[in-house]
Amino acid sequence: MRTIAVSEITGNIKEMCIEANYFLSEDMKRAIQEAAAVEEAPLGRQILEQLEENLKIAGEDRIPICQDTGMAVVFLEVGQDVHFEGGILEDAVHEGVRQGYIEGFLRKSVVKDPICRENTKDNTPAVIHYTIVPGDKVRITVAPKGFGSENMSRIFMLKPADGIEGVKNAVLTAVKDAGPNACPPMVVGVGIGGTFEKCALMAKHALTRPVDSHSPIEYVRELERELLEKINRSGIGPGGLGGSTTALAVNIETYPTHIAGLPVAVNICCHVNRHAVRVL
Amino acid sequence: MDKYISVPLDDAVAASLEAGDYVYLTGTIYTARDAAHKRMSEALAEGRSLPFEMKNNVIYYMGPSPARTGRPIGSAGPTTSTRMDKYTPALLDLGLKGMIGKGKRTQEVREAVVRNGAVYFAAVGGAGALLSRSIISSQVIAYDDLGTEAVRKLEVKDFPVIVVMDARGNDLYETAVRKYCKE
Repeated sequence: MRTIAVSEITGNIKEMCIEANYFLSEDMKRAIQEAAAVEEAPLGRQILEQLEENLKIAGEDRIPICQDTGMAVVFLEVGQDVHFEGGILEDAVHEGVRQGYIEGFLRKSVVKDPICRENTKDNTPAVIHYTIVPGDKVRITVAPKGFGSENMSRIFMLKPADGIEGVKNAVLTAVKDAGPNACPPMVVGVGIGGTFEKCALMAKHALTRPVDSHSPIEYVRELERELLEKINRSGIGPGGLGGSTTALAVNIETYPTHIAGLPVAVNICCHVNRHAVRVL
Repeated sequence: MDKYISVPLDDAVAASLEAGDYVYLTGTIYTARDAAHKRMSEALAEGRSLPFEMKNNVIYYMGPSPARTGRPIGSAGPTTSTRMDKYTPALLDLGLKGMIGKGKRTQEVREAVVRNGAVYFAAVGGAGALLSRSIISSQVIAYDDLGTEAVRKLEVKDFPVIVVMDARGNDLYETAVRKYCKE
């Protein structure tokens, strides 16, 4: 049994909210840089170079990469041998988000009620996904999610007969409908299988995987490659203003499903695909 | 083609812009996004005045992150324009001459753009840190209680935008994507 003070969770989440909004991860930076080198459209190249410049300025000026500093999505993988003390874990997570968004000059984009829409003024609450895992560690992923791209995400409850072609059509439809609204070049997170909510969660989680990594499952790896190629032939391009770089990666997760179903979720993220990871 | 123009816009300048032009704006623009548009629409319905004159002005669909001490503004990139589409034709009919945002517009907006000789510009989405450097000053002029969604008056210098929809209704999102589509 290992004891962790919840104040440690708060402190880490606060720092991670700020870090994720000022600095993009190395894999994302490299992907944008590599895209700028091969983009066919002159305007597309110019936009990608501006995105690189934007990342540099964000780090130098300590200003968010994008003004939409997102709703804080937090994945907590908690070892089953961990005991938390000093307060309620969930409160500690929200408190970390509150401190991070206030002290980090991040935008407060969360409203208390989806219909009444009064701003909570501290960007809480976070959306928290817990998993209990073996061991005595806590792995925290903070992924602030912007809504330009979130709004363009989709779920498709396909039939088993739709098969892999149905999955491809679903992903390509979501990406084409998203077009310029989702701030391309995008990262496309896909969840296939499970249930209605499970596939959405996988699609979200897939966005936290490094964009230069590939699925360990062979047919999924091939599907990721094929979809990325097809998406980049769509012509949408950087900023949706035409070009050969529409997506930087397609990350897919799969799960067993029911004999009657083939759920597919497509969670689209803009080029500011933020995620900070720490293991306590 | 690169062009340097001042804002507010007059009819002649708006008419001279073409979809695909890379334009640097200098002068005064106003921010308004979802909640401010809703309030402006309610004000119009009730016969009250708007926070600023629409005539010849440019609205930037943007809600900034908070400014650090000594800076005019925080990160300041465009938000998705289509959420404002419901309110936009009425503002264009009152003389609004330009909009800065990102993403597609409805057919109703396109018709109102053409009817009024207006222009729709895109700024690069997600480049809020870079764009903040072209904003010299920012002042909340209405709806302060909306926080980031308040209406702000911005002074900008060489603020970089691309003409997506010109006064003839040409749409760069359609033409450029067709050009690079390989299907």
